[in-house]
Amino acid sequence: MPLIELKPEQFSGYPPEARKLVTNDLAALQRLPLSFLPSLLREVIDYDFKFPAERKALERELSNLGSLSAEQTKNWFRGFAQIRLSPQLEQFDWINAPAQFVEQLSAYLWTTHQLDAFRVAALAYAERLRAAVPPELPPIPRLGITVVGQGVATTEEPLFRKLRPHGVYFRRVQPENGLKLLLDAVGARAKAHPVAHGHWYIDGGQETAHDPALTCISYHALEPARAALSNKIRVELERPGMGPETLRTLLAQMHPADLGLDQRLDGSAAKSGDAVLDRFQIKLLTEGSGTQVFSTTFAQWAAREALRRAQPLTLLVRFAPRQRQKPMNEMLSGIDGRAELDPMGALIDADIGAYYNWLNQQRLPGAEQSSFLVWFEKHGDAVAIGPSMPRGTESTMAGDLQTLLSWMA
Amino acid sequence: MLDFGGGAAYLTLSIAFTMTYHSSSRSKTERNSGGLSSLSLDDLRSNPRELARQVAFTRREFLRSAAGVTLGSTLLSSGLLARTGIPQKKRKVVVITFGGGARDQETFAPEGQENIPHLMRELIPQSTFFTQVVNRGILGHYVATASLATGVYETINNFASLPPEHPTAFEYFRKDLKRPSSDAWVVAPSNGFNRIGESSHRSYGPGLGARVILPKHLLTAATLGGGADYEHLLRDNYETPFYTPELGGGEFALQQLEMLLKLSVDDFKKHARTLSSPDELSVYITRQLMRQLAPSLLWITMHDIDIAHAGAYSLYIEGIRRTDRLCAELWKTIQAEPEYAGNTTVFILPDFGRDSDDDSGGNGFQHHRTGDALSRTTWMMAMGAGVREGVVIDRALESTDLVPSIGSMLGFSAALAQGKAIAELA
Repeated sequence: MPLIELKPEQFSGYPPEARKLVTNDLAALQRLPLSFLPSLLREVIDYDFKFPAERKALERELSNLGSLSAEQTKNWFRGFAQIRLSPQLEQFDWINAPAQFVEQLSAYLWTTHQLDAFRVAALAYAERLRAAVPPELPPIPRLGITVVGQGVATTEEPLFRKLRPHGVYFRRVQPENGLKLLLDAVGARAKAHPVAHGHWYIDGGQETAHDPALTCISYHALEPARAALSNKIRVELERPGMGPETLRTLLAQMHPADLGLDQRLDGSAAKSGDAVLDRFQIKLLTEGSGTQVFSTTFAQWAAREALRRAQPLTLLVRFAPRQRQKPMNEMLSGIDGRAELDPMGALIDADIGAYYNWLNQQRLPGAEQSSFLVWFEKHGDAVAIGPSMPRGTESTMAGDLQTLLSWMA
Repeated sequence: MLDFGGGAAYLTLSIAFTMTYHSSSRSKTERNSGGLSSLSLDDLRSNPRELARQVAFTRREFLRSAAGVTLGSTLLSSGLLARTGIPQKKRKVVVITFGGGARDQETFAPEGQENIPHLMRELIPQSTFFTQVVNRGILGHYVATASLATGVYETINNFASLPPEHPTAFEYFRKDLKRPSSDAWVVAPSNGFNRIGESSHRSYGPGLGARVILPKHLLTAATLGGGADYEHLLRDNYETPFYTPELGGGEFALQQLEMLLKLSVDDFKKHARTLSSPDELSVYITRQLMRQLAPSLLWITMHDIDIAHAGAYSLYIEGIRRTDRLCAELWKTIQAEPEYAGNTTVFILPDFGRDSDDDSGGNGFQHHRTGDALSRTTWMMAMGAGVREGVVIDRALESTDLVPSIGSMLGFSAALAQGKAIAELA
């Protein structure tokens, strides 16, 4: 495994914290094969804009790499060392553009029949890393809440079919003030266990009043950014030679300011000053498929990414009606708040979205102790999942959502 | 192993999230007959072939309980089509690709069967059903359809307007059997499929392929660009929803409409206004094509299900239900058209599946990006002339086996295809 020559000055284009991180561990990085290193640098280069949980994981991974002897490094990366790269990839500016390198690497792995070998090497490395640096358990058990069915008076659809086998199906929840009770509960958790970006509220429509301790994003608040993105895409697609691959690269390079994420709906300057959250939101719109046009897709993907990246202790997701299906161009141009809505379609989307929220929460450390609640807004139907909730059962006990949460605790 | 919590999950996510523009054509692997696996989920994840077998087995059990079909074996006699007495010149084959891929839990599994009532109750009992058709190529719709049509795992860019590199079934058919261009047609959903009919292969290629009809291109030409009444029928490509390849030749398209399909622009527009989806438009055009030209080799690519890429589960389910209905309607049309009734073999198959809920590198039903075993393991049903009814075969096939199988039925040799003719159909 030949050593890669790396010098601190080669990372001068990195943001300050990322530069500090990478230059501290340069000796370890020099021993890594080129089939692996850019994937790691792709994470490092975004270090300044990562959530605390991501930062910690990256720091621990780099620290572990630094602790390995030359022989151990060789063993750990044997699979990656066997991946052959093209001269074009070897000459690519992977230090400054690791994400683009990884895109090209992926295409190359497909064409040279090495995708499976890469996957095997990746899984083997992940397993070793997990054993050497076990994921940290959360300080308190996680709580996920998903609210579905906004705007639906009645439905014949059997709800929560995928979640019911995992917990208790309550049919007589008292729905009065339900959303407020839930938001109060997650706000209280945020105050009791203050962790940066540790408690989230994602709304697929317009957010309701909530505790400022919560990290909040909503489809409605991003309306100007979505409109700006739509215009940008339209303009770019009219350029000669523009195709899906180029467009994708272009979107990946966008910054929050490109979409006016530093402005409020009324055009005034936003006060957030949360560069990490701004970057997260732009990625939702530019990397998520369908997040620009369907509020249900936005809510589900935002929850998925929040869970994967921020690993929140608390996550409340509220789905809202999405716009009725129309041709993509029309839906993109119709980002003006007057789109015709499809609450029933949104309910079906949200039902599977709730299931995915639970699945993704279970992918985090401490899953055995986590709890999850899904509720049909303004109705009596809910499913509660958690260590104290017997699986695949039904309950006719009546109580409001605060009471239900107390049963789950 | 497949969770989010640290463990360098970024490695598998990064390759899963880079779209698969190019593919590998892996060497042929040993084929096994199906059987129940006792492996754990982790074992199955690390052993795609075992997972594919498990999928096939489960699929067979679903069908056996719900559709009353029986398990077949390779001992079933072959040469059935020859024994029907249908002269080779009269034989016809219709291939329908099932809409952009659907997963078992939304189709064949007990909770999904409500979405495919026509397949379950009408079509599967009349078919030989293959539960394990593995696609080892790229999981992008254009290149995968091209691979199905050539019998070779094509490696062309999924989003470029390029012909397949290997000869298509249409070229083998026309060259070997000296058939005119009017005898092989493709009805394709996207403007990006306009070159699917013939390859760039130097021994075949230009002038020997199928004629390709693009219903959306026809409608655009007929309506001078669309208009509010037709916009819902003109969505082009769900994998890259913002990008629609521009095609010229609107005048030629209108000539096709009037001279070949015998449809006036006004009648076409009037009927199109009554349709609800691009696939309905394709089926309408297909019917017209069958009535007017009765091609012997006809290929229809459905695509509505691929709306799943937008992430709206309800629309994905609607797409499955619509495709189920349209497949049954096409089957009825085939039985009702004198040129087709009794002498036509129909194949229905997806080009590939969609990502499983279990793979954290994907996002469930939304995409087909992980390359996991579930997204590669699909099914195929064959029905009509020369096909046994109510039989399930669960040994492993590859999607490249389709073209050689069509060849053995129609009498051409797919000389350059990687696949092999399916013994139960040949």
